[in-house]
Amino acid sequence: MGRLSWRLAEVVEVRPETRRVVTLALEVPDWDGHLPGQHVDVRLTAEDGYQAERAYSIASAPDGGPGGPGDRRGGPPVGRVELAVERLDDGEVSPYLAGELRRGDRLELRGPVGGYFVWEPGRGGPLLLVAGGSGVVPLMAMLRRRAATGSQVPARLLYSSRALEDVIFREELDRLAAAGDGLTVTHALTRAQPPGWTGYARRIDAVMLEEVGWPPGQRPLAYVCGPTRLVEAVAGHLVALGHDPARVRTERFGPTGVP
Amino acid sequence: MGGFVSRGFKRRRRPAAGEATRLPPGQYAEPGFPVLTAGPTPRVDLASWRFKVEGLVKTPTEWTWEEIHALPASHFEGDIHCVTRWSKLGTSFAGVSVDTLLEAAEPRPEATHVVASCYGGYTTNLPLDDVRGGKAWVVWDHEGAPLPPEHGGPARLLVPHLYFWKSAKWVNGLRLLDHDAPGFWESLGYHNRGDPWREERYWGD
Repeated sequence: MGRLSWRLAEVVEVRPETRRVVTLALEVPDWDGHLPGQHVDVRLTAEDGYQAERAYSIASAPDGGPGGPGDRRGGPPVGRVELAVERLDDGEVSPYLAGELRRGDRLELRGPVGGYFVWEPGRGGPLLLVAGGSGVVPLMAMLRRRAATGSQVPARLLYSSRALEDVIFREELDRLAAAGDGLTVTHALTRAQPPGWTGYARRIDAVMLEEVGWPPGQRPLAYVCGPTRLVEAVAGHLVALGHDPARVRTERFGPTGVP
Repeated sequence: MGGFVSRGFKRRRRPAAGEATRLPPGQYAEPGFPVLTAGPTPRVDLASWRFKVEGLVKTPTEWTWEEIHALPASHFEGDIHCVTRWSKLGTSFAGVSVDTLLEAAEPRPEATHVVASCYGGYTTNLPLDDVRGGKAWVVWDHEGAPLPPEHGGPARLLVPHLYFWKSAKWVNGLRLLDHDAPGFWESLGYHNRGDPWREERYWGD
């Protein structure tokens, strides 16, 4: 396989998702597509030559996601890739991506990267997706792919956010769950709940996973993504509940180094 | 892609003295110790813990937790580099040198590579020369405390001159081979050797 070379992508849309998260839609020349769950490396270059690189999960399905399919007819393929970036105030790259970048700007990236935390409808299910915060991004690529292909693989998303206004892709998740194709979406709001909230108001725990998740006997495929503390806890609970560790895939997301 | 400048991007992190020369290309210094794992953290009971050196060796050897602790102690102090771009500078680990383990098992002359195996099923491959000559350890202590499970405890491989996925967590053995055999990440798009100074992150790098 050839080297993953750096490509100069163009920002074609900047879409705020929450107060801290922005979706960047990019057109990438010579893009061969990706698998839901994969990420890309992004490289920024300052005028003095200083470079910073980071990895970001792809939020869109391989067909380009809700913005429509990438143009692959005639000439070299131009893929459409969406990243959803959470702004970390003490970060170096995310404040630029989720604050400075505008439509028409260009961005160097290479990818797609990662061949384990991926799901395609052909891999079957039932699917248990567990997310904390911006850890929902690669899982969203899976759900978008599932919807785009008309897949009926039973799927459950359990998604922990601080407050309702921090839920990324909230309206789209509502729409996907209302489609009646076998997807349920359950939110846990850990810090603040709107008046009349009847859903979970605590961190994801074993009881919640038992109530929302699939019985271990159904051998679900589980994908868990979020901050380390959530991922460690959820993966541990799933194994303790009797799920096969080999069917629990994890990915860490968000700020590194935070205990 | 020479000459491209990201409009409006400015450096925010100022490297500390000496840091710049210690960071391989594309890496940044991370004060914490991030956790990256592909699946659940295995919980390994020390009473049943074993470490084996097998394959192309004259004396296949297995150690219990007590036995491996009775071997001469060895200590690493220096920098580690994760392929996800963080580097942790000036950290320390303690355990036993892989040289000590190989000495006991006596590699056959035809052995050229090793595959590290782990509780939980993870594997990673290395040229034999990358784990001998004072370059690799099996460690159970990090900065003076027992290595936590999420960082690979009870014991992990430590090969600090390569990207950190080669430093297999929950390691339980080395198998010596006369050929290369790609491990877990090496079969999923990551570079076969993973030298951070050559920025060998992915296939083809």
